[in-house]
Amino acid sequence: MEAIILQVLNGLDKGSAYALIALGLTLIFGTLGVVNFAHGALFMIGAFCAVTLSRILTLSHTIVDETQKDFLGNPLKVEVPYVYDWFGQATGDVIIDWAVPLSILFAIPVMVAIGVLMERGLIKHFYKRPHADQILVTFGLAIVLQEIIKYYYGANPIPTPAPSAFVGSFDFGTMLGFEANQIIYPYWRIIYFAFAAIIIGAVFAFLQFTTFGMVVRAGMADRETVQLLGINIDKRFTLMFGIAAAVAGLAGVMYTPINSPNYHMGMDFLVLSFVVVVVGGMGSLPGAVLAGFVLGILESFASMREVLAILPGLNQIIIYLVAIIILLTRPRGLMGRKGVMED
Amino acid sequence: MLGLEAKDFRLLILVAILTMAAPFLLNPFPEGSGLAQFNAGYPDLMQRFVIFGIFAIGFNILFGLTGYLSFGHAAFLGVGSYAAIWMMKLLTMNVIPAIIVSVIVAGIFSLAVGWISLRRSGIYFSILTLAFAQMSYSLAYSVLTPITGGETGLQPKVNDPRILDGALTEGGTPKANLFGLEMGSSIEWGVGNWLFTFNAGYYVAAIVMLAAFYLSIRIFRSPFGMMLRAVKSNQQRLNYTGLNAKPYTLAAFVISGMYAGLAGGLMVAMDTQVGAERMFWTASGEVVLMSILGGVGTLIGPVLGAGAIKYMENILSKINSDILHTWFAFLPDGLEDFVVTLIYPFIGKGWHLTLGLIFMAVVIFLPGGLVEGGQRIARLFGRKKKSTDTPDGKTTPAE
Amino acid sequence: MSKMTLSRRGVLTTGAAAGAGLALPTYLPAASHAGFTNAPTGSTVTLGFNVPQTGPYADEGADELRAYELAVEHLNGGGDGGLMNTFSSKALQGNGILGKKVEYVTGDTQTKSDAARASARSMIEKDGAVMITGGSSSGVAVAVQALCQEAGVIFMAGLTHSNDTTGKDKKANGFRHFFNSYMSGAALAPILGANYGTDRKAYHLTADYNWGYTTEEAVRTSTEAIGWETVAAVKTPLTQTDFSSYIAPVLQSGADVLVLNHYGGNMVNSLTNAVQFGLRDKLVNNKNFEIVVPLYSRLMAKGAGANVKGIFGSTNWHWSLQDEGSKAFVQSFGTKYGFPPSQAAHTCYVQAMLYADAVERAGSFNPCAVAEALEDFEFDGMGNGPTLYRAEDHQCFKDVLVVKGKENPTSDFDLLEIVEVTPTSQVTYDASIFGGELGTCNPGA
Repeated sequence: MEAIILQVLNGLDKGSAYALIALGLTLIFGTLGVVNFAHGALFMIGAFCAVTLSRILTLSHTIVDETQKDFLGNPLKVEVPYVYDWFGQATGDVIIDWAVPLSILFAIPVMVAIGVLMERGLIKHFYKRPHADQILVTFGLAIVLQEIIKYYYGANPIPTPAPSAFVGSFDFGTMLGFEANQIIYPYWRIIYFAFAAIIIGAVFAFLQFTTFGMVVRAGMADRETVQLLGINIDKRFTLMFGIAAAVAGLAGVMYTPINSPNYHMGMDFLVLSFVVVVVGGMGSLPGAVLAGFVLGILESFASMREVLAILPGLNQIIIYLVAIIILLTRPRGLMGRKGVMED
Repeated sequence: MLGLEAKDFRLLILVAILTMAAPFLLNPFPEGSGLAQFNAGYPDLMQRFVIFGIFAIGFNILFGLTGYLSFGHAAFLGVGSYAAIWMMKLLTMNVIPAIIVSVIVAGIFSLAVGWISLRRSGIYFSILTLAFAQMSYSLAYSVLTPITGGETGLQPKVNDPRILDGALTEGGTPKANLFGLEMGSSIEWGVGNWLFTFNAGYYVAAIVMLAAFYLSIRIFRSPFGMMLRAVKSNQQRLNYTGLNAKPYTLAAFVISGMYAGLAGGLMVAMDTQVGAERMFWTASGEVVLMSILGGVGTLIGPVLGAGAIKYMENILSKINSDILHTWFAFLPDGLEDFVVTLIYPFIGKGWHLTLGLIFMAVVIFLPGGLVEGGQRIARLFGRKKKSTDTPDGKTTPAE
Repeated sequence: MSKMTLSRRGVLTTGAAAGAGLALPTYLPAASHAGFTNAPTGSTVTLGFNVPQTGPYADEGADELRAYELAVEHLNGGGDGGLMNTFSSKALQGNGILGKKVEYVTGDTQTKSDAARASARSMIEKDGAVMITGGSSSGVAVAVQALCQEAGVIFMAGLTHSNDTTGKDKKANGFRHFFNSYMSGAALAPILGANYGTDRKAYHLTADYNWGYTTEEAVRTSTEAIGWETVAAVKTPLTQTDFSSYIAPVLQSGADVLVLNHYGGNMVNSLTNAVQFGLRDKLVNNKNFEIVVPLYSRLMAKGAGANVKGIFGSTNWHWSLQDEGSKAFVQSFGTKYGFPPSQAAHTCYVQAMLYADAVERAGSFNPCAVAEALEDFEFDGMGNGPTLYRAEDHQCFKDVLVVKGKENPTSDFDLLEIVEVTPTSQVTYDASIFGGELGTCNPGA
């Protein structure tokens, strides 16, 4: 029982990461009709926004400390962050400690700008081209983006810890009447789940309850008619691309304490998130979210050692196996519409 | 000739001449000169050119004709490779059984995968093929280690059974051969400062590639090929005429899977080693890149694309900063360093960046790939006569 | 900075063409001269440095390449001579190898066996390399080693930790200086027993591929020998990035030690996740919960940041060692590049030096002569104390370091502290236990 509750919790958290990326992908596909293979790269750039901000916050000048020696036996050069000079060491440490949450503020404008730039500079030329061309050009872009990041930040993962207040885990077990330490869950993952829920809710509310969202939804359904009504739908779609990029970027920022970011984390997620989108049904926002959570939870169950004892290797293939079964039994994924991406 | 129209026959002859003369054509720079770095006429790379050419030709039969975009073709290449290496471990180091079995096994595997995946179309088909390939990769790397060797892969060992071969001579290593002709053996020919290498394995692979190319022309021109194109242009209309498209697409899928298996078998024949990464999704993506880069749906395009990508992977990645400094040594020191700094991100460890940029440029500006580029250049020089392999303009890429 | 890249073939053909007259083409059956593959004929010799330049291990590859460039500089008489001054064998003169200037070519393994073999073959076939070295994974090492055996050149393995490289997949032309899973287990167990007690319950998370299997096996056997109990061992996919669903059930199992048989990105992520779950703050069976990482790499430990503090592991070499050899190497590497070398850099540098020295002592580049010179070669002054290159499996036997994540690092690379130098005798095993067939050396041609 404890094991099952635990894996549901794990699945929710994994699922929220999948759902966030899949949501962004679906937003772009639904509004612009573009299959964006560079979406994983946007997730990765979001994560590197956090890295960049923490580098900016720890920008330092060096002081030579004669009492200590460096590895070559020369006097040690101690790096002193400028924030220490400006705010004192105690406040400076707190600011550096909170780099990841602060990065949210930093990442939103950066990601929207990157998204808009991408749409205006590249994607808009591909609206009329076949989906295969869109996949290919965005795939090329993904390679270029990740190589640029690798050039500046190296190939190794870079640690970006959560604020020390959130280190450690919460004991759900005792709350539910189990023994201590049976069901524990890290604070940061609870935050990540809540954050994902808020973002997903906000995107839905935005599309559902604002005029802007209404126009965009109308545009998704019938672009030409909306244009004939004299509405500049292109501008709104560009902004939607920016928003989708921001959603992916924020998912990346908040993910950094869970896994240290590296340049290929986007590609690692890309294939999985595409499977999620397709299982959910191309173009369906609720489908993307639902599929994200379903696959996340199933993946967690497949990793239990009780399951692996019966079916060794199931954890290697579970996502793909589920994708195959769902696509064969439900032709357009869980909630897909007819005629989307079947040409 | 050979059941081909004149222009197709001319193309085949052209390709035959190019592949047979490859040791000369790919080694244009004299040894020892700074440009020798760009020579590609050494056995390994020449073999890879034709093997990946076969892989891309096969992929193009499916993608170019039917429009079904498979994201899992590397799995068939991998399965073919494993079949071939097992033949070499159990039966004989002769490459013939290895290659034949690799084609058969890949054909059976692709029949199973195709039969399931072709129930869906569009991106759903792509994801299904991707799922099968990723499952094959994951299992081969982990739980199937006893059969696949897992991380360390499989190589022929001295103490394998090899029931058809005689005992190895003391201290000998098992080498892939064709009735005694070792795949690794070469003849070198020095003319002036040039050195040309004629490798037995390369010519075996090249002849197989020519046969594969000939077969693909026949398929493109056959009624069967016409039917596949009908599937691409409008499957619904085809259904209304009472025709069931599935057997045709399945046949195309299996044929292209067998081409992949053939490529896998040849890879083992040329270089006796299999590793599971051969089936990773990026390897499937690579063959898509090759086809697009060269020109989808054209006969020669995929071969050109395969060559271009393998050239970059093997030549560009070997240029290091020392070599750059040698090239620009004639410049004043400050300027030399500046030029090197400017180029350095794009070569050596940065070759992926160059690949990504070239690829984007091709997709943006040359949707028809290198073949279209060639056509544009040909038109630029205002040739009145239509060139042999590019009969019409941009609207319908040459086939 | 100008340097002529003149390959063996270039020299050969120039000579041959000059001899035969330019008008007459010369026929040369490939490699049928001098008795072995790529015999250097001119005034230079070419070595092939095959390291990952793209992919997740690119940073490790870059450090390996730095070490090779330093080794070439020292071999050719440049710099401060590095380890040549402390090396017990004095055969190297700083005038290249056998008087031939050392040149090198580089390639990208991409950490894929296919790409690594393609790159190695191009070095052998195109550039005339007489020795291939490098690499950052066992899959690549085994694949390239088999290729070198077939082609008839020497392979000096870089960073490869699996037992297989000099175990079931050993080859007569291949040599490994790096330590292996077995040695990690044998070195770690006594330290773990001394620090955590002999009554412990261990839970293993193991990367689901060959290296993971051998490492789990080694740590399991040696810890069970001191009285530990293994509660469970769960395999995790190589492509896994989030290990939460594997780590969460650990506490439920009643285990009080978690062993992470992971390397590289897997290690960084699983360790980060485990610390996040607060495992190390828990009390289980009235003991502090502990985490162990059998194979440490400083470059990767950096990715896990503060999470490595106080965690035990083993390593081949560390820059804070105080013997003469290590100090000399850190000095010359640090002076040239501004930071201390990694264990990957150290093993690669040493391998290049050992090869050069073996050629000098053998008086020939012939792989069989070089192999003979390396077999049962005993040396010292290379940073790991007295070392033996065992003839039976071409594996180096030397001290193994047990290290611990440092509590108060003073810099980015000051992450590990040495807990114990485990003596060679404790990590030596019988050459036959892993099976495999060394075969005989192949000079090619």
